[in-house]
Amino acid sequence: MADLTDLGVAAIRDGVAAGTFSALEIAEAFNANVAAASALNAFIIATPEKALEAAKATDARRAKGEALGLMGGVPIGMKDLFATKGVQTTAASHILEGFVPEYESTVSQKLWDAGAGMLGKLNLDQFAMGSSNETSYFGNVISPWRRADGGNAAMAPGGSSGGSSTAVSARLAPAATGTDTGGSIRQPAAFTGISGIKPTYGRCSRWGIVAFASSLDQAGPMARDVRDCAIMLEAMAGFDPKDATSLEMAVPQWEAGLNPDMKGKRVGVPREYRMDGMDADVAASWDQGIAWLRDAGAEIVEVSLPHTKYALPAYYIIAPAEASSNLARYDGVRYGLRDLPDGAGLQDMYAATRAAGFGAEVKRRILIGTYVLSAGFYDAYYTQAQKVRTLISRDFAQAFEQCDVILAPTAPTAAFGLGDKSDDPLAMYLNDVFAVPASLAGLPAMSVPAGLNREGLPLGLQIIGRPFDEQGVLNAGLAIEARAGFAHRPAKWW
Amino acid sequence: MENYRIHGATGEWEVVIGLEVHAQVTSQSKLFSGAATAFGAAPNSQVSLVDAAMPGMLPVPNRECIRQAVRTGMALNAQINPWSRFDRKNYFYADLPQGYQISQLYHPIVGEGEIDVVLDEKNPEDTTKTIGIERIHVEQDAGKLMHDQHPTMSYVDLNRSGVALMEIVSRPDMRSPAEAGAYLTKLRQILRYVGSCDGNMDQGSMRADVNVSVRKPGDEFGTRTETKNVNSVRFVMAVVEAEARRQVDVIEDGGRIVQETRLYDPDRNETRSMRSKEDAHDYRYFPDPDLLPLELDQAFLDECAASLPELPDAKRARYEGELGLSAYNARVLTSDVETARWFEKLVTATAANAKKPEADVAKQASNWLTSELFGALNKLGTDLGSSPVTPESGAELLGLVASGTISGSAAKQVLELMLETGDGAAAIVAREGLTQTSDTGAIEAAVDAVLAANADKVAEFKGGKEALFGFFVGQTMKAMQGKGNPGLVNEVLKAKLA
Repeated sequence: MADLTDLGVAAIRDGVAAGTFSALEIAEAFNANVAAASALNAFIIATPEKALEAAKATDARRAKGEALGLMGGVPIGMKDLFATKGVQTTAASHILEGFVPEYESTVSQKLWDAGAGMLGKLNLDQFAMGSSNETSYFGNVISPWRRADGGNAAMAPGGSSGGSSTAVSARLAPAATGTDTGGSIRQPAAFTGISGIKPTYGRCSRWGIVAFASSLDQAGPMARDVRDCAIMLEAMAGFDPKDATSLEMAVPQWEAGLNPDMKGKRVGVPREYRMDGMDADVAASWDQGIAWLRDAGAEIVEVSLPHTKYALPAYYIIAPAEASSNLARYDGVRYGLRDLPDGAGLQDMYAATRAAGFGAEVKRRILIGTYVLSAGFYDAYYTQAQKVRTLISRDFAQAFEQCDVILAPTAPTAAFGLGDKSDDPLAMYLNDVFAVPASLAGLPAMSVPAGLNREGLPLGLQIIGRPFDEQGVLNAGLAIEARAGFAHRPAKWW
Repeated sequence: MENYRIHGATGEWEVVIGLEVHAQVTSQSKLFSGAATAFGAAPNSQVSLVDAAMPGMLPVPNRECIRQAVRTGMALNAQINPWSRFDRKNYFYADLPQGYQISQLYHPIVGEGEIDVVLDEKNPEDTTKTIGIERIHVEQDAGKLMHDQHPTMSYVDLNRSGVALMEIVSRPDMRSPAEAGAYLTKLRQILRYVGSCDGNMDQGSMRADVNVSVRKPGDEFGTRTETKNVNSVRFVMAVVEAEARRQVDVIEDGGRIVQETRLYDPDRNETRSMRSKEDAHDYRYFPDPDLLPLELDQAFLDECAASLPELPDAKRARYEGELGLSAYNARVLTSDVETARWFEKLVTATAANAKKPEADVAKQASNWLTSELFGALNKLGTDLGSSPVTPESGAELLGLVASGTISGSAAKQVLELMLETGDGAAAIVAREGLTQTSDTGAIEAAVDAVLAANADKVAEFKGGKEALFGFFVGQTMKAMQGKGNPGLVNEVLKAKLA
């Protein structure tokens, strides 16, 4: 039999259900891969016992002839932004190092209820702030991918869900949770040759996910292919009365609805995304994607999203503004790190705790956010950014009068080397330029692998859909996936 | 209302007052969490994960708190905003777990309204003054720091953290301590009627920030100060008086009033500076991204309106108009919702016993309640809320008087025994043998005996000393051990002395 860790969600679920292998065998195989991959630093902590426990429960249910659930027997990696009861939850920060919640996030609970098990807590950019996984207190995640130049330069796995992308790409997990605030599922998926979908804002409960920017944060699956994403999203999504922004809608059967036939569908190609000086390989990949969808039966239409150029600046006002307030609770008073210098008063404790507990990028965003909300600047920045956000939503609404989904690159380049952009926040932020508009508009969007660039690194294509139309997004992704035939995987060096 | 003036060295000054009242919403659970809100619980025993601001926790609005705020707005004839929004007010403090308070700055749930106040409740001729309400918004309360638990550290009790408050902001329409006191009293009365706040100022359920400025009559508004967290009507009035006096003294000494937050020290009856505008926080208000805008549909608004009780002014007018009570009694009985409820139960039961319309017994009931029962309770150092006499047993007593079974003087005695023992009126009357005698023969015999024993006084009476009539009545009643029907005793005496 082929290596069990080459199997994805659907194959594991079906194989366990059919008795081809046991859930325990699967869990043991992935636990072994996790244990052998410390060089990638994808996990902050591994929880092999959790994976085994869930696998045994699945096997026991199968023995009794009970239903195994949407994710029955599938071990997954859990981004360490999701609170997991009894298991350290850090958001990759020092300030939450050692924090063990007494509660389980809604999304992770749904996954366990669906039969999934936990391989461990995945590394990420600190508080999900970053595009390269270089801001984690627990060290960089190293992409399993290398340039095809014979060198061994460490590549960025993307961010903030870099632990997730690396784990799935390197076969440490068949799938992983991600969260996406401004591209944090899609960009790392693109960088590592896997699939990932950010659903419509409100599909997945935010309850129990450490907040970055509340109006943008959305959980989603990262997996090897589109079907696996559909299955896992079905398990993660659903109305949650504990989240006031949760969508009160039934969860569609996305897996059953998968259909790669694009006949009668119109695919919009946004003219403003074709920017001056665009990476030639990315441009070529986009053109290839257009051709594939046309081949799948779609009609290609050019659409306009005129306010695209304002999306990134608006995002880098709104997200830090919300973050500056969301992160105020990490103050050393009730949990997490407390730095109390001798003779210190309350203000000194706050200052010392937050100075020691937050990394440079988190501090930068808190400062930006505090600045844009402060008296005298609020209207010029925050109010203006909210207006831009409204205009961006309107752009999409108008574009969707002419098309059913939008096709664009996921990121402006393939993965870059670790360290290449870490000294230049603006260059780093530009990575999100194609991802951020859909986030601001709360739209479902996914990245699927399209091919390799001339350096041998994966490129992703992004599909953006109408609100609530995850099915349309998944179907277009499936059409691309079928034609791209992306079978590349990183050569094992770790 | 007469003009209140502060007499300074440079002439007369007028005081301008606005109040921001924080009223705790009566609800089982907090504004954004399911934790309980009971007063006096052990520290940190009513704290949910949301209240403690654990990572990833989210607020979900409590429908009942919103409903109470809307009902309050309706009771103040205020504009209800069907679309409102929550904002975050950001600042760091150990009693504020989230690092921000969820409040409503930009789009409050209730807009402009008003309250009519009368300064002298006992004077029916006194004019009414209308005080404007600028807005009401709902917000979270903070926790409480405890500084007396440890020599070098402060402890935090989060039981109050997240409890729903209504902030009721008045216009700067008040011009004297008495008006400020009357406004707060009336506001508290309305809140208690509506049931949206219990008004327990000593438990912190209601507290006021007092904005005070002074000016020469007719001038523009002066610079105001805000004295925070004043927790009684009396202290609010004292703050206005002390702060206005202080401001006049500062100005007349050539100084300037600085816009600042002050605290009241009741022991010294003075306010003192807490922090000035220069070091005021920049609260960085912005819409709370965890919450969607609050949209109230018509059905919800209709239910809120339909659930409003009769309010104090309407009730008072009805007591005077339909029930024929004196203006004084009507005011006394409507001053607190519990008193009014007690009175209405008393009237209903009394009317039912007598098989008469309520209007026929209301006056008797109101007189008995305001003079007899209030007086007796007062003597016992208690109040209606803890009275052993219920409206039903009071009605029983009133029935015995109305039917002539017992005399008015016996009724006082019976009431005392009811308060003492908690027994019913009829049972006490039977046990103590207090039933009054209307047997004319017995009364005549007693009268004859009294007149015979006091022949000298009879002579004086007949000689013109008519005041002695009362003496004969008293002697007869005494002879009959208080059981003689006073009406009949009078009649018989008049006949025999004629």
